[in-house]
Amino acid sequence: MNPAFSVIFLTTLLGAGQGVFLALFVIEARAAAGLLTAPSVMFYWMGSAIALALLAAGLLASFLHLGHPERAWRAAAMWRTSWLSREVIVLPAFMVAVAGYGWAHWQGLPGTLWLGAAGAAICLGLFLCTAMIYACIKFLQEWATPLTLVNFVVLGCASGVTLATALAAVLDEAITGITGAWAIALTCTGLLTRAASLWRNARLKPRSSLQTAIGVKHPRIVQKAQGFMGGSFNTREFFHDRTPGALRAVKWVFLACAFVIPVLLLAAGLATAVPVLLALACAVQFGGLIAERWFFFAQANHPQNLYYQAVS
Amino acid sequence: MTQLALVIDLNVCVGCHACVTSCKEWNTSGAAGFMSDDNPYDRDPTGTFFNRVQTFEVGEFPNTQTVHFPKSCLHCEDPPCVPVCPTGASYKRPEDGIVLVDYDKCIGCKYCSWACPYGVREIDEHQKVMKKCTLCVDRIYDTKLPTAERKPACVMACPTNARLYGDIHDPESVVSKAIRENAGYALMPEWGTQPANHYLPRRKTEMRIHEDELERADNPLKIDGRLPKPGIKDPSLDDVTSW
Repeated sequence: MNPAFSVIFLTTLLGAGQGVFLALFVIEARAAAGLLTAPSVMFYWMGSAIALALLAAGLLASFLHLGHPERAWRAAAMWRTSWLSREVIVLPAFMVAVAGYGWAHWQGLPGTLWLGAAGAAICLGLFLCTAMIYACIKFLQEWATPLTLVNFVVLGCASGVTLATALAAVLDEAITGITGAWAIALTCTGLLTRAASLWRNARLKPRSSLQTAIGVKHPRIVQKAQGFMGGSFNTREFFHDRTPGALRAVKWVFLACAFVIPVLLLAAGLATAVPVLLALACAVQFGGLIAERWFFFAQANHPQNLYYQAVS
Repeated sequence: MTQLALVIDLNVCVGCHACVTSCKEWNTSGAAGFMSDDNPYDRDPTGTFFNRVQTFEVGEFPNTQTVHFPKSCLHCEDPPCVPVCPTGASYKRPEDGIVLVDYDKCIGCKYCSWACPYGVREIDEHQKVMKKCTLCVDRIYDTKLPTAERKPACVMACPTNARLYGDIHDPESVVSKAIRENAGYALMPEWGTQPANHYLPRRKTEMRIHEDELERADNPLKIDGRLPKPGIKDPSLDDVTSW
């Protein structure tokens, strides 16, 4: 697939926003259980505002993907069959929940924990919808695995909790230690789950071949003409036109920037109590996740590419 | 239940692209609007097409076969592109099984093209909606046309009659018979899409001559072989000559 930056930003920004919100909710739940000292009210509403901003930016990015954004409201219609339609419904619901959660904290209303629990449930639903958009296409074999869902959840939470850690370092230093520990744990988990999907995809056997594509049983089939000399939608949308070497380079870049460097920066930031290091960890990790999502799309090999191998 | 479909005979297709041009001509002139092109007479021409003819070489020189392979929407009986559409713009007509796009509902998210393993959906770069073969739905039901012309434009254009059109759920239709009698097959059966369009395989044209066609089989005792050759002056059956 040719990675579209609109979708790359959509999925990474949503993941980060969801991670921030889940961090807020878990902190509140643990504080309510007496497991940690409750952070200030400002931490909650600032965190909610940041989560909401990330979600809104993701929503904006999704509009840039559409040919007819003015008709986007129609996308809520087919929720019975389409994961994309479900996401279109769940995302605004989640944004309302996050806004309500932040507002309730701002106003000092009671019952924020229950509001947070509802928001967390919607948040997990949003993770499911976003990941299943990709995982449900069974012939995109690189995506059609439960690891896609696992990675969307873990990487989203890792980036969000890293951001929450940077926020805590500025607003509420008392909880920086615990959120930082979560961020490191989630990032390390993300490295394991993403490495698992890399390992799986490196060993995939494509089920479709030129033989099944045109129905001729012969071991040697070569395309001589794809039917046109210039490009078409099929050659633009499904080929990234990068060398295997470039793809490998992006892989190592995202493994370093999304996982290894943020963990080192987080550890250094927590040890030295320098908020700048935590903010840097956050920025490097987000950049790394952009590269990770680019690679996620570029690595998916669409079976339609079998029909577009030679110009003439 | 009706399932209209094309059956494409790869043994007959000569790769002339007449189906491609007639498809474009008919569909760019229709009520649904034009199919946009960019740089049609310039470098890197590109445009929206419903139908393509591709060419494959099978085997190794000198034992090769050139296979011309027309490819358009297969109107799958279980189309993976339809359920993923968030707006319902992409749909399969229950009455005749044609998979269509409602251009007024399409938001241009391209998700259906990702969900088609055959790559037969193309976005129109100017109208920003997804387009695909309609099986000339605006031709085949047009009562103003003579009955014989109520067929997709590509079928009408094919000079070698490589494209057959009909209802594959009707066992007596020309397409069902062709699939049944000439080993029609579906593309990429591994994904369970059940394409309605079928392809007829290449068939090698061979002259088969059996022994009994060279030597009389109804002469088991070889009697005519043992008969003495009649003399040149002897009367024959027609009294003209003996050989």
